[in-house]
Amino acid sequence: MGILEVKGVNKRFGGLQALGDVNLSVKENTVHAIIGPNGAGKSTLLNCLVGKLIPDTGSVTFDGQSVLGRKPHEINQMGISRVFQTPEIFADLTVLENVLIPCFARRDGAFRMHAIEQVRHEAELVEQAETMLADVNMLGKRDFHAGSLSRGDKRRLEMAMCLVQQPRLLLLDEPTAGMARADTNNTIDLLKEIKAKRDITMAIIEHDMHVVFSLADRITVLAQGTPLVEDTPEKIKGHPKVREAYLGEHQ
Amino acid sequence: MFGLSKADTRLFLIVIGLTLFAPFILNPFPEGSELAQFNAGYPDLMQRFLIFGIFAIGFNILFGLTGYLSFGHAAFLGVGSYAGVWMFKLLGMNVLPAILLSMLVAGLFSVLVGYISLRRSGIYFSILTLAFAQMSFSLAYSVLTPITGGETGLQLSANDPRIFGQSITDAGTIPVPSLFGLEMRDSFQLDVGAWLFTFNAGYYLCAVFMVLAFYLSIRIFRSPFGMMLRAVKSNQQRMTYTGLNPKPYTLAAFVISGMYAGLAGGLMVAMDPLAGAERMFWTASGEVVLMAILGGVGTLIGPVLGAGFIKYMENIVSKINDNILHQWFSFLPDGLEDVVVAIIYPFIGKGWHLTLGIMFMLVVIFLPGGLVEGGQRIGGWIGRRFGKGGSSAEAAAKPDAKSSPAE
Repeated sequence: MGILEVKGVNKRFGGLQALGDVNLSVKENTVHAIIGPNGAGKSTLLNCLVGKLIPDTGSVTFDGQSVLGRKPHEINQMGISRVFQTPEIFADLTVLENVLIPCFARRDGAFRMHAIEQVRHEAELVEQAETMLADVNMLGKRDFHAGSLSRGDKRRLEMAMCLVQQPRLLLLDEPTAGMARADTNNTIDLLKEIKAKRDITMAIIEHDMHVVFSLADRITVLAQGTPLVEDTPEKIKGHPKVREAYLGEHQ
Repeated sequence: MFGLSKADTRLFLIVIGLTLFAPFILNPFPEGSELAQFNAGYPDLMQRFLIFGIFAIGFNILFGLTGYLSFGHAAFLGVGSYAGVWMFKLLGMNVLPAILLSMLVAGLFSVLVGYISLRRSGIYFSILTLAFAQMSFSLAYSVLTPITGGETGLQLSANDPRIFGQSITDAGTIPVPSLFGLEMRDSFQLDVGAWLFTFNAGYYLCAVFMVLAFYLSIRIFRSPFGMMLRAVKSNQQRMTYTGLNPKPYTLAAFVISGMYAGLAGGLMVAMDPLAGAERMFWTASGEVVLMAILGGVGTLIGPVLGAGFIKYMENIVSKINDNILHQWFSFLPDGLEDVVVAIIYPFIGKGWHLTLGIMFMLVVIFLPGGLVEGGQRIGGWIGRRFGKGGSSAEAAAKPDAKSSPAE
């Protein structure tokens, strides 16, 4: 039984069958990659997991509880964090505040009215946020405007914002899309480092084979909205169906 | 001090000082001198500075922090005014219950308006709030006449019950608003040489509320709640995927700013117990938007500066007429004098809106941070030019970005 269980999920947009009978099981403490060519339904699947879309049929359970019908912020409170294709951060706020906000969200839930308490008096949370920033080598930039950071730093900051919540499942939506090779390698190293330091389950949607094979413990190949095959990276590399559907284009 | 950081404490003390000594500061010119018309130190105008300052501070909590631009905030001010007058009519002439009820009623009304309007964001939110305000305005003029007094406005009369006071004074007049016997229109005048300073009870009541309102606004700006409101403005998507629900945050900000508007409305009727529907007209809502933007959206002191600036223009610049201009330029040769006066004339008197409009355009284009940014730039220029230092007032008006990112 995996921490995330997707069973018989279907999603239709008008005449287009975006997801057809998707079954997926992500085991705890693994890195599970979901790959597939453009239009395979990877992003649709991810959006079904975080509450942005609701599947037509099927079930999605996280840690034994259904996520269907819950709002995105409720699903996050269950322990699922999400990293976006282009880093989504609070660009108008400082780096430290960016990390403080998830700290507050974790301690106080979806809404709490602290209109009189002062942020700077919350020493415990500030320390927590600073430790997290130090962890991703961003402490030196704690007072920077988040919007002024380089793209690589924005990615680091977004990771820090997700990780400081101590999620049990981290969803990554093409974390290296549009990056140069050097940046991609940095991201891989960052993710490896994160994984080595803590117990965390990751589900990565990715285009770049290099990233997938460097990180993943298991890989699911999606094609035309249906899982084609699920296996270890070594087996996937040699799988004839996968070569045909996907890898063939690259070789 | 007061649980504020050093820079905020300094700013707060300066605001207290300025409001306390405003009767002096705003009356720099001797009575009877040619420049005396630029004195703003008379009670009626000073009260207006503070009341609109409160209105703008509250508006800024919504617009400055969350970025939701309400175009109907005057409705809350109007509703608060009506509630206040009704308290005078039913209960008695003490201003405290009137002001409290103004805030309460405006708060309840803003829950309703906010709950519906906040279902949309951006321009649609603005249009919804505008629609609510215009609806309130029209209703106050028509079907709600029994409550609002319609076109004549809601006034006190000798037949009001006033169960805790007297319907009519022994002298046969309608009683005036007071705070436990201290009449709001009571003034103490101080003659110092050629100067005449007026200290008015109503003004100081407004000052107490303004200082409290300003203090609360600093606390909100520096609180986790304020940080969340800035997060709403910055990235709502990230907020939801961080486990936060933006809706209650925006609604809370909306209601708080609605209550600030109610407080302003309550103070208005405490100073002059008369409420009319025109207070809810859309131009009144637009005015507070101008005040916030002119002074500096999202800054602490900006909205107060904007409110003061606009009210000064409205009351002082609008009174300059062509006779006064001719006096000023009488040293010029006759022909030239007429030309100069003809050039300046459209910008003053009834044309003060033109000056305000030009000012507003210049500020939006060159100083997106409003008058506060202008002050910061001047302060920075002085600092670079004459080494470090500068006057403490300027330093306090612009706490450095590091310690207070909201500035």
